[in-house]
Amino acid sequence: MYEKLKRFYHQLGSPRYFYHISGHFLPWLAVLASLLLLVGIVWALLFAPPDYQQGHSFRIIYIHVPMAILAQSVYMLMAVAGAIGLIWKMKVADMLAKASAPLGASFTLLALVTGAIWGKPTWGTWWIWDARLTSMLVLFFLYMGIIALHGAIQNVQNAARATAVLALVGVVNIPIIKYSVQWWNTLHQPATFKLTEKPAMPPEMWVPLLITLLGFYVLFALLLLMRTRCEIIDRERSSKWVRQLVIAQR
Amino acid sequence: MGDIAIQFSSLADFLAMGTHGFYVWSAYGISAVVVVGNVLAPILRRRELISAIRRSEARKRSV
Amino acid sequence: MSSTGPVELTPETGISQAVSARQDIGLLAAFGGILKRDLLLTFRRRSDLANPLFFLLMVVSLFPLAVSPDQALLHGLAPGIVWVAALLSTLLAVDRLFQRDYEDGSLEQLLISPSPIYLTVLGKVCAHWLVTGLPLALMAPILGAMLFLSPEGMLAMLLSLLLGTPVLSMISAIGAGLTLGLRGGGLLVALIALPLYIPVLIFGAGAVAAANEGLAYSGHLGLLGALLALALTLSPLAIAASLRISVDN
Repeated sequence: MYEKLKRFYHQLGSPRYFYHISGHFLPWLAVLASLLLLVGIVWALLFAPPDYQQGHSFRIIYIHVPMAILAQSVYMLMAVAGAIGLIWKMKVADMLAKASAPLGASFTLLALVTGAIWGKPTWGTWWIWDARLTSMLVLFFLYMGIIALHGAIQNVQNAARATAVLALVGVVNIPIIKYSVQWWNTLHQPATFKLTEKPAMPPEMWVPLLITLLGFYVLFALLLLMRTRCEIIDRERSSKWVRQLVIAQR
Repeated sequence: MGDIAIQFSSLADFLAMGTHGFYVWSAYGISAVVVVGNVLAPILRRRELISAIRRSEARKRSV
Repeated sequence: MSSTGPVELTPETGISQAVSARQDIGLLAAFGGILKRDLLLTFRRRSDLANPLFFLLMVVSLFPLAVSPDQALLHGLAPGIVWVAALLSTLLAVDRLFQRDYEDGSLEQLLISPSPIYLTVLGKVCAHWLVTGLPLALMAPILGAMLFLSPEGMLAMLLSLLLGTPVLSMISAIGAGLTLGLRGGGLLVALIALPLYIPVLIFGAGAVAAANEGLAYSGHLGLLGALLALALTLSPLAIAASLRISVDN
């Protein structure tokens, strides 16, 4: 079993094999993501009960929280993929890391924007220097730094290595930033009304949240594979198998 | 789990979202735009790449 | 390194020389050699030294002009202003940390030399801090006086800058290493390093603000010290990795 897994892992490192195998996953992921998101969003908008304090603006949680969680896990994934590429020189891992950066940045931005929109009816202002929103903002800056660095380096391989180092530095820093921002926040404003910290959410509220969260995770997996496959075609464009693939596509 | 029922009595009620219609719909709308953009980007890029490779192949063959 | 005179260079003698050189250079000597070399190089171009300090002074004096010369207001804003200005002037100074060595090729030599790269990098960053971060910290009381900091606030400013600026130097060295030889490197370093500066900024400015109000600030300094210890242990690894990548470029 272990040998099989190890072999599969090494095979995944080959762009051609990865392209081939990921092609089988795409339709399933697409169906699963649409199903989960459809059920989750309809449940969230129509069936979930309104919050007793916030009313219907509470429904923004079904976008905001999945995006915030995804933004952080995508960063971790990017750093792990970058480290694998850095240590074992696995090209596919480099491509996965590159493909996840813009996705993570867009999720972070969405978490920020939906947080601001939610904040307006809840706090009365678009922006508040709340610990969560602030660390999301810093995470967005980290993503932007990585994307900018990747864009500035011409050589693809060096760009991948440099961004991997930066992503790893970021991973060490994220918990420090998070705790320092929390500490700073409690210092400057006594605990205000928190957006997401609820005393025990009832199941008819959190079940749809779980469904949308899963749906967005599957959507991310789908988008990541799609972007990585484009990257593979781009980098292997002179190889025989890509040319045959292109000719076969009508 | 308690009884699950539609929380709105009419379509207008649904669109109004209490008094928070603007906030809820703009949050969901912006998210939809970003998600659709994220889905379209790799599809378009793939199409572009394939046609670029095909063009260069055709050029090579004609030379 | 050794004074054995000209030796016929065969593969064996080359290796044995490298091995003996490795034994000759103790760890401290390797660190000290880099430190001395970099300090000497910097003092040959003394004008570069003063520029970040003048920049700091100018940025700080812009605030009373832009906000208001009101004493109470500036007293409250001072910790933040001085710390943000210190961050910016650290960024400004980091450009030349590896640039010259990179251009004349000596960086490559340093990277392949037998002395441990961890210490080489640490020596370079220390030299950089001694000529940029340390003067910056020593200048703090003047800036504090301009912004009506309390005497305790000035002491906290000095101490927090002494603990915090080495961390800033380490972080910006990572950015400088990653962007070495790239066009538009300066702005890129800012984008990379500024988010990583945030914990230092929070604890540093927090220490000064607490002291300014007459509260205890040893906790803030302790946290800054923890950040310094972490930066000293981990960041040379990242700097070394980033330099290797950039030299390959």
